[in-house]
Amino acid sequence: MRNITLFGLISALLLSVSTVFGAGGDLGQVQKQGVNLSAILMFLVFVGGTLGITYWAAKRTKTAKDFYTAGGGITGFQNGLAIAGDFMSAASFLGFSAMVYNKGYDGLIFSISGLVGWPIVMFLMAEQLRNLGKYTFADVVTYRLEPTPIRSMAACGSLVTVLLYLIAQMVGAGQLIQLLFGLEYWIAVVLVGVLMILYVTFGGMLATTWVQITKAVLLLSGATFMAFMVMYKYGFSFEALFTQATVVHKDKLAILAPGGLVSDPLSTISMGLGWMFGTAGLPHILMRFFTVSDAKEARKSVLYATGFIGYFYLLIFVIGFGAIVMVSTNPEYLADAAKGTLKGGGNMPAVHLAHAVGGDIFLGFISAVAFATILAVVSGLTLAGATSVSHDLYANVFRRGRANEADEMKVSKYATFALGILAIILGIQFEKQNVGFMVFLAFNVAASANFPVLLLSVYWSKLTTRGAFIGGFVGLISAVALMIIGPTIWEETLGFPKGSALIQYKYPTIFSMTLGFVAIWFFSITDKSARAQVDKDAFEAQNIRCQTGIGAEGAVSH
Amino acid sequence: MQPDMVSKVKNHPKYRELIAKRTVFSWILTLIMCSIYYGFILLVAFDKEFLKTPIASGSIITIGIPLGVVVILSAFLLTGIYTWRANGTFDDLTREIKKDVQ
Repeated sequence: MRNITLFGLISALLLSVSTVFGAGGDLGQVQKQGVNLSAILMFLVFVGGTLGITYWAAKRTKTAKDFYTAGGGITGFQNGLAIAGDFMSAASFLGFSAMVYNKGYDGLIFSISGLVGWPIVMFLMAEQLRNLGKYTFADVVTYRLEPTPIRSMAACGSLVTVLLYLIAQMVGAGQLIQLLFGLEYWIAVVLVGVLMILYVTFGGMLATTWVQITKAVLLLSGATFMAFMVMYKYGFSFEALFTQATVVHKDKLAILAPGGLVSDPLSTISMGLGWMFGTAGLPHILMRFFTVSDAKEARKSVLYATGFIGYFYLLIFVIGFGAIVMVSTNPEYLADAAKGTLKGGGNMPAVHLAHAVGGDIFLGFISAVAFATILAVVSGLTLAGATSVSHDLYANVFRRGRANEADEMKVSKYATFALGILAIILGIQFEKQNVGFMVFLAFNVAASANFPVLLLSVYWSKLTTRGAFIGGFVGLISAVALMIIGPTIWEETLGFPKGSALIQYKYPTIFSMTLGFVAIWFFSITDKSARAQVDKDAFEAQNIRCQTGIGAEGAVSH
Repeated sequence: MQPDMVSKVKNHPKYRELIAKRTVFSWILTLIMCSIYYGFILLVAFDKEFLKTPIASGSIITIGIPLGVVVILSAFLLTGIYTWRANGTFDDLTREIKKDVQ
């Protein structure tokens, strides 16, 4: 009995988390809405503006360095906003606020898990990445290790992470747009795919960054307005807001304290590890550290990003409680007043609240911002994937570092186009599938394959090519395999009977990440090859550049 | 990087100082952040009753709410502390090393 309850709790936990992070493929029951005109108009304004940005950026994007890293000329503040934008996805806006709306306090626990990875990125990675890298995190890892095998391995890790995340985003995008704008699913997916191909192919990192910044500012402003209006209604008294919420919510006082979502400490800690260190291994996030001019700006990026993300999550907490008191009590927003279900499905509290505090126009604004959010996030992902193909696989593995820049640029544009088409096809293929698990799987791969190799290449002088190569693949394969034989994929997605999964952990990060680290360590210390000596001897020079920035890639002026 | 540059920097006393200071500082901050976060998660898993206690008699707000906010603020505060020290001490040391070797 106890096991069954625990199992139920954990499934609820996974479902909520997967909708919350990334655009969350599984948006629950989706009902198509009527065509929303003010939302479409505002979205067209946004698209017009961002295409303008792309045109402006295209004129400034000439070299590979411009394309991959916006010439390294983004400031710490701008980059901080862009990183925060990558993190504030449509579903962290809609999903987190829905979670607070349904469960109260438990929603706050997940916001916290999403934030605490950032300080770790700051303390251990940000400056080091900036000082050692050029375009991708594979540049950092191959600073002293043998390029061909290590780049192939790093590119595998990057592409798996990017593709999983991209599918989840595309499916989430289709469902959300269907919901908010009343468009057909496939039209929504094609529209997102085409726009993202345009932004990335023509405007490169410069356009991608400014689209992300624009969206981050719009989303932060919109969320601030909503939270302000909620607090205004309650005379800026949390006491009054919470009191009213406990009166109208079915769980009464329980919404002000942790409920049943977090009960198994090992699973919880493993999940925390996945989110925390996955953040430090996501290729599209790591790539942003190469867009600033030096270590100091990299530092500032993380500081601002942490500030904006933390602020956003606090707003979400207020918005969730605002929705409890202003949406759940208003029959206009309820599909079934007796059951308390919302029109449009479970992820709609923030959208209805937008209408409750700002009328039709503000509802249109928030819907347009949600669409813009998806566009900005998929563009960043596509750029990271394309860079991995052109810079790591084509220029450095296939052409052994002898490709000329014009060819490399061409390949990166073809790769963007191919990834965009692939994302559209997969987005349509996976429409009816539950892709919620893919977001955590992406984080799990990032934490188990990309992060250990990256961390040890920067800090551990005895790391060798053999260790990094084998360990990287051990992390990657175990991250995927342990998820497949775990309950989420084996039982819920593949449909095998409950309890038949080989391991009963939904969050295997604690195992796969450990396996990755141990394999890297073991195959490095037992490596007596000539190459191993070369790898170890080069650490000193690498560490000097890493610590002081002497010889690091600089910015170009525009 | 030229071999003579490597040995010049490597033997520079300020370089050793920089590495020692930054390494210790980074790992201490990492440890603090992890203790705060996992401490919070363990409280949630094992001592829900404590988190349910009202912050003052007569208040509806539970200890859990300000505590959660404190974890969020601490993440920002710790990154701020790191930035402040790195912009001062670490950047000063780096500048001196660069001036001496280049």
